[in-house]
Amino acid sequence: MDRENEKVAAPKKGRKQAAQGKPGRTLVLIMIALVALTGGMFLSGHTTPRLGIDLAGGTSITLEAKNEPGQKNAINQTNLNTAVDIINNRVNGLGVSEAEVQTQGDRNIIVNIPKGTNAKQAREQVGTTAQLYFRPVLAQQPSTGAGEKPTPKPTDSGKDKSGDKSKDKSGDGSEDKSKDGDKSKESDKTKEEATSPSATPTTQGRSVTEGLKADAKDDPAKDKKDDGKKDPSPTPSGDPTAQLQEQFAKLDCTDKKARAKVKTGVKATDPVVACGENKNGWDKFILGPSEVNGKEVDDAKAVYDTQGAAGWKVTMNFSKKGTKQFADITGKLASKQPPQNEFGIVMDGEVVSAPYVSQALTTGDAEISGSFSQDEAKDLANILSYGALPLTFKEQSVTTVSAALGGEQLRAGMIAGAIGLALVIIYLVAYYRGLALIAIASLFVSAALTYTIMTLLGPTIKFALNLPAVCGAIVAIGITADSFIVYFERIRDEVREGRTLRPAVERAWPRARRTILVSDFVSFLAAAVLFIVTVGKVQGFAFTLGLTTLLDVVVVFFFTKPLMTIMARKKFFASGGKWSGLDPKRLGAKPPLRRARSTGPAAPVDSTPKEA
Amino acid sequence: MSKLGDLGAKLYRGEVGYDFVGKRKIWYGISILITITAIVGLAVRGLNMGIEFEGGAVFNTPKTSVSVSKADEIAEEASGHDAIVQKLGNDTLRIQIAGVDTDKSDRIKAELAKELDINADDINADLVGPSWGEQIANKAWQGLAIFMILVVIYLAIAFEWRMAVAALIALIHDITITVGVYALVGFEVTPGTVIGLLTILGYSLYDTVVVFDSLKEQSKDLAKQTRFTYSEVANRSINSTLVRSINTTVVALLPVAGLLFIGGGFLGAGMLNDISLSLFVGLAAGAYSSIFIATPLVADLKETEPQMKALKKRVLAKRRAAAAKGESAEAATEPVGDDPQDDDSEDAAPAVVGPRSGPRSQPTRNRGRGRPSGKRR
Repeated sequence: MDRENEKVAAPKKGRKQAAQGKPGRTLVLIMIALVALTGGMFLSGHTTPRLGIDLAGGTSITLEAKNEPGQKNAINQTNLNTAVDIINNRVNGLGVSEAEVQTQGDRNIIVNIPKGTNAKQAREQVGTTAQLYFRPVLAQQPSTGAGEKPTPKPTDSGKDKSGDKSKDKSGDGSEDKSKDGDKSKESDKTKEEATSPSATPTTQGRSVTEGLKADAKDDPAKDKKDDGKKDPSPTPSGDPTAQLQEQFAKLDCTDKKARAKVKTGVKATDPVVACGENKNGWDKFILGPSEVNGKEVDDAKAVYDTQGAAGWKVTMNFSKKGTKQFADITGKLASKQPPQNEFGIVMDGEVVSAPYVSQALTTGDAEISGSFSQDEAKDLANILSYGALPLTFKEQSVTTVSAALGGEQLRAGMIAGAIGLALVIIYLVAYYRGLALIAIASLFVSAALTYTIMTLLGPTIKFALNLPAVCGAIVAIGITADSFIVYFERIRDEVREGRTLRPAVERAWPRARRTILVSDFVSFLAAAVLFIVTVGKVQGFAFTLGLTTLLDVVVVFFFTKPLMTIMARKKFFASGGKWSGLDPKRLGAKPPLRRARSTGPAAPVDSTPKEA
Repeated sequence: MSKLGDLGAKLYRGEVGYDFVGKRKIWYGISILITITAIVGLAVRGLNMGIEFEGGAVFNTPKTSVSVSKADEIAEEASGHDAIVQKLGNDTLRIQIAGVDTDKSDRIKAELAKELDINADDINADLVGPSWGEQIANKAWQGLAIFMILVVIYLAIAFEWRMAVAALIALIHDITITVGVYALVGFEVTPGTVIGLLTILGYSLYDTVVVFDSLKEQSKDLAKQTRFTYSEVANRSINSTLVRSINTTVVALLPVAGLLFIGGGFLGAGMLNDISLSLFVGLAAGAYSSIFIATPLVADLKETEPQMKALKKRVLAKRRAAAAKGESAEAATEPVGDDPQDDDSEDAAPAVVGPRSGPRSQPTRNRGRGRPSGKRR
């Protein structure tokens, strides 16, 4: 407080005193900050930075969103975020622990899968677009791995073969093509439907929305009973092929691999088998061709029904085309027997819900009720509104790094960093001698800050240290050390002017400070622009560079400068000893006598810029 | 060190120094030559774009005893494409296959694992679609453009537009040289190279900015005096920050050299190597351009200003007047006043001759020129 007053009274003197009086406090402050960061690091339980895939081993997949024809502006942040959620569900649904899905740039999604998981399977899941279809249920059965009879119906060899073939095909990963095909077929179909008079919607108001019940989820006991009746051969009217029947019979939905398998190579226009999870386990289904594409759902919401006491329900709203199609399918289904009055809401080959239809729904508004919990209702609503994304993703790069190579790269990075640091220290010591102590201390404070902050950023913003980031940190050694060099050279210049150390340190600071700020700003600008604009590895690099540049400013202001001020009071530096790096004689400082004489004539011109 | 310290002191006081600005034509010439070479190299040879930019697969095997030719055969058989196989320093193989898509590369990987008798999980694979590299490159260009615009605006505000223009030219110069070196030597361009190249942005300017900062400071009250022209002040700024520039460049190059050594020695080709190689080239170019190109350019631009032209006239007139008054013996050296590099006899070291002594002390006092003692200001 006193100092503040002093400053007002006698600005110049006050500033000087303040600057010299504060350093201890500032040093304590930054030390406290450092200790706090370190403490936080230990408290958070992460004592090392999170490592990226290229250092820890694993698979990293970069996907690029592609616009679907006809929807030009579909690539936006909302859609990308939704896609991230869905992909996240899909990948982590495989039991891949800690797989990480995030957006990058304006059109990319990065999926990082740590080592030790089935990367291939994960890739299959990731690479496809979320597809949502409404398919009529042809047969349904709970699938409990233990209670299931393997093959109720023996088959002849010919069928076996064709079954195998189809499986082979589906394993082939030729989904993209088949999907493209589907799309055109679908649009054809919808055109037909649109023109067909039978599909004309009746406009009856909104009274009939109560027609759907999500039964499968709620009443497994009943289902089992039903299923028991028609277990061996699902009702013929559905006309599933024998092949599908066989697949259906064999299917064990409790087996994760089997589930993944049935999802692959599914065509929207073919009947398929599928699995669906309910509260008590898994159900398996035979589903007819898709009747309504999930894209036709305009909107879906989870609503709490206050009047009907039905609890949470999901309302959905179809597009014009969807309304016709939906009216069509509900009209057909309403007259059928359970479970064939159900339709499966199928996302990515998995039945997320299978409500039954009690009457034709022609208004384009539908409601699915059942004993949903709030979360379930919201999930279902999310799936319905976003399930079929307007985005297709293409694999842009897949990088698989074995744990061994990751470790090796990390080690190489560490060694390179250590060598770089050592070389810099040797150079600084050789050139600046005693002053180098301050530089080295500052470098270590900077390194400690960088390390702790990187570590803490792991759990908070999911920062992962990858190889480019390590490079950025190593390169930053140079930038950080340069700030000290700028300051030291300024001090030395002042000493050369014939000043003693303490005033030299204070006089050099304002000008060094400006230089440091200006140049660091340029460096930071580069990092920031790169971080915002670029993608992939460049981004990780830019992040570290920006972080270290910021830290450089912090360290110079709050550590190097106060430390220098304190050290200037020490006899070792103040007396300009041979090893201090500030020996006036070695620096070629002018002895006061000569200086007085020589500055005489040139003073008005030459010294003005220097002292300004 | 003490010698360097001495040199620093002399440089600082302007007792010794190299006339960067006076000899700028030479350096401009050299730079233009290098730039033309770079552009020609780029046009003729093109860049050796890595697999990341063309799409394809790169596999890194663990340590193996299989020979390169054998691996080549296996890889080509498995892929049906040409394969480039390199043996790296630590007995691992690097197999590059261009033009395969991500699905196919899985099969190639499995095949390789089988044939080379290694676990498929131990093979590192980098599968890149053909447009990924393009996207990286496009974004990099975009970043480069945005950065250039922003930095020119910033420098124009913080300093002045002439410095911004000079810095931009120096920056483009650095990037051209670096790209040219890549084209001429045929180093492979990878995303790592792009990263390195983009880092040069910050670094090259960082160095330039420090010199400009000193120049701005020293030229503050320039118009009020008649002793020095802008070019001379500019030259002095370069010289007085020369020690710092050298130190900065050395300190920046040391870790990069560490990276290069480790990247090259330990891992063979890799990201570390790619980044550090382009950084190394770019940093060297950056240090050169901030001293030899950027500041002389500022001086050139600045001296087109009427105010500075007038100043130069005044300064020269004053010097001529002073010379006329001086002894006839000294008059012979008078033209040196604005062309100080002729002052060679003074110092043994040719690179640090004392050009400053000419313009500085001679016009004012016309004393002997071999005596630095009297020249301080």
